[in-house]
Amino acid sequence: MTNSLLALTTLADPTRRLIFQRLATGPQPVGALARDLPVSRPAVSQHLAVLKSAGLVTDRAEGSRRIYRIDPHGLATIRIWLDQFWSVSLQNYADEFSQDEEAAP
Amino acid sequence: MRKTVEVKATPERAFDVFTAGMGRWWAKSHSIGSSPQQDVIIEPRVGGRWFERGTDGTECQWGHVIHWEPPHRIVLAWQLNAEWRFDANLVTELDIRFIEIGHGMIRIELEHRNLERFGDKAAEVRSALDSEGGWQGLLAAYTAVI
Repeated sequence: MTNSLLALTTLADPTRRLIFQRLATGPQPVGALARDLPVSRPAVSQHLAVLKSAGLVTDRAEGSRRIYRIDPHGLATIRIWLDQFWSVSLQNYADEFSQDEEAAP
Repeated sequence: MRKTVEVKATPERAFDVFTAGMGRWWAKSHSIGSSPQQDVIIEPRVGGRWFERGTDGTECQWGHVIHWEPPHRIVLAWQLNAEWRFDANLVTELDIRFIEIGHGMIRIELEHRNLERFGDKAAEVRSALDSEGGWQGLLAAYTAVI
């Protein structure tokens, strides 16, 4: 299986996709990722291990914490990363105009 | 990669918020400077620099202006590599069009192209993209839950 197809099947899981989306907004420790998710923290750690073995995320130790981030290598990751990035930014952009409306009398 | 968004605004305002106001809506998590991002600046002319300015005043270049046609279209050279660092040898194009669709609405069509230039895994990725429509399907499901 190519890395890209592995990435595809890995992200077919909705919880994993959700975790990946959260990482798309920036590097985060497991604790922050697990917050608000309907699964346990050990389950989140397991999902992260799968994402890591698929080459979608990397991690590094920072003190006693482990910080995860999207692996910037490989085009498959870049595509979804940029996709997520533009989704967030363009929504921010659109919000600039709804603020206009709220400010209007 | 293509994205669209629709806003209620004049073409001039839609264009102005996108360009001069970029620092207000750019996702702050995506920044390459050593200090927090304070603003994103596009020099309003062909060949103008596109850069971010940190709170400590340092500037980090992101690319430059390829086409400048207010209030209809702008094409930027995106020169940030896969590690979100400036690479003078990398040019991917960001093509943004502002289209009046009636009722005072503007549709912004954004295309980020030449993504294959990001890496040498392009061929492999393209074949994956083409196979069984898998990638497109996943992206559709993926963006639907955002």
